[in-house]
Amino acid sequence: MTAGSLGSQGFAYQAIGAATLLALFVASLFVGVSELAIGSFASDPEALRLIMISRLPRTVATLLAGSALAIAGLVMQTLARNRFVEPSTAGTAQSAALGILVVTLVWPDASLGCKAAGAAVTALAGTSVFLMLAHRLPPTQPFLVPLFGLVYGGVIGAAAIFAAWHLDLLQYLEVWMTGEFSGILRGRYELLWVAGALVVLAWWTADRLTMLSLGRDVSIGLGLNYAGMLRLGLVIVSAITALTVVVVGTIPFVGLVAPNIVSRFAGENLRHTSPWVAGGGAALVLACDIIGRLIRFPYEVPVGTILGVVGAVLFLFLLLGRNSND
Amino acid sequence: MIEIAGVSLALGGSRILDNVSLTVPKGGVTALVGPNGAGKSSLLSLIARLRPLQSGRITVDGLPVDTTPSRQLARIMAILRQDPGVASRLRVAELVGFGRFPHIRGRLTAKDREIIAASLEQFDLSDLALRFIDTLSGGQRQRALVAMTFCQGTDYILLDEPLNNLDMFHARNLMRTLRRIADEHGKTVLIVLHDINHAASYADRIVAMKDGTVIASGETGDIIRPDILESIFGFSMRVENIAGRLTVLHHA
Repeated sequence: MTAGSLGSQGFAYQAIGAATLLALFVASLFVGVSELAIGSFASDPEALRLIMISRLPRTVATLLAGSALAIAGLVMQTLARNRFVEPSTAGTAQSAALGILVVTLVWPDASLGCKAAGAAVTALAGTSVFLMLAHRLPPTQPFLVPLFGLVYGGVIGAAAIFAAWHLDLLQYLEVWMTGEFSGILRGRYELLWVAGALVVLAWWTADRLTMLSLGRDVSIGLGLNYAGMLRLGLVIVSAITALTVVVVGTIPFVGLVAPNIVSRFAGENLRHTSPWVAGGGAALVLACDIIGRLIRFPYEVPVGTILGVVGAVLFLFLLLGRNSND
Repeated sequence: MIEIAGVSLALGGSRILDNVSLTVPKGGVTALVGPNGAGKSSLLSLIARLRPLQSGRITVDGLPVDTTPSRQLARIMAILRQDPGVASRLRVAELVGFGRFPHIRGRLTAKDREIIAASLEQFDLSDLALRFIDTLSGGQRQRALVAMTFCQGTDYILLDEPLNNLDMFHARNLMRTLRRIADEHGKTVLIVLHDINHAASYADRIVAMKDGTVIASGETGDIIRPDILESIFGFSMRVENIAGRLTVLHHA
């Protein structure tokens, strides 16, 4: 309906968005320590190998993780009915890290897939508890939910650090808590395609997810299976978070910034906005990863650190801009 | 027809509904009136399967509300509760469009779009169609929710104090619209009303509740009487026939 009424203007925005993403994708392929000139892989087999084994997997992983984290944030905000929560701050990522720790302890040689499965289970439990408690907070105080989330995530994170310290696994925990893509090679990132599939699932069920934000009574009145949809949303959030934490580590703020920017301009009808949120998250993480590769060249700054700074600034801007609008 | 038989409800140890039995015939406008805390909203929630049934039996068009698939019920019955707290930043037309959800698989058809446009027009929302609902006034948002409920296109429409926040123009418009769809399309409207004169003017039947039970029910003319109104609301008031309309003078 809205896409139609916006007409050619909407099409122009889509073209600009797609072009930006494509430019970042190409830039990401050609930024790195090994020199790589555009057009050289036709003549140079080494260049092609570099692209196929390192640069392309890294870029694809960044795209998948960025879009999936943005969608996880969007879905979590729908579930909590609050715009200021996201998996990395409200306990989901911390629960996932705790889960990986447990799997590593019980079964040190576990594959990435097993670790991701263990992390997904604990993330699901941690997020369920968060939502159960968050729904009891008074809806008249919208900032209580994210504050509670920060405390809750902090407590679980502290428990993970304490356990890791006791077991002498702190270096491992550090890897899962700080997101970075420098270790991504072919064969090390493919699990993220599952996160990509969950993004498609979220888009497929976008109408139902949007109805969750109309509230329990309205959605049941319209014939939605409300409890079932809540559970599906929880699975999407937990699985995406667990997969990204296992493969690249925790990347903060993507799930907060991308959905909030899109919501301001295009609203929250997820059928129309979720492609924008996914694309925005991918662009944000790609841009921050490229900055991280260039800022101390030839060394790298982890994307999680860059996003911690960029995301916090963007988020403050959103919060303050919001107040002046209301 | 809505049939309610032996329905009781207890919440947190207190009795909200006590063995309520009631039949709302198909077609026409039935007003549910009574003092605060009488159990009107709770009864509406039970009929609309928003709360689990603790005891007794409720059927709508012969379908038991506790065992019929929710989506099937959503095609014959729409409910609008008081202040449902819609938190989403949707455009008015998108919100109203969700009223078509029970009927569609996937995308809206041309017919759905016609119904959406007609609902918007009906409630004076066409100019606001592309506005985000979080930028509307309370009354405009209430109209958007009513329009979504109408857009569901069901035979049974349950409304819990829909006149809240509406100005006189739009309150009258809503009541006249309800009257018209009942008369022209045979719809069944069950509406909780606080203003007894709206009930007196527009309802075919009135059901009065107090302390979790139905204390009076019948044709509007049989309920809008000083003695019955006093037993419901606890003070005496005059009833006059002004220009052919029963009018309750409850302000004195």
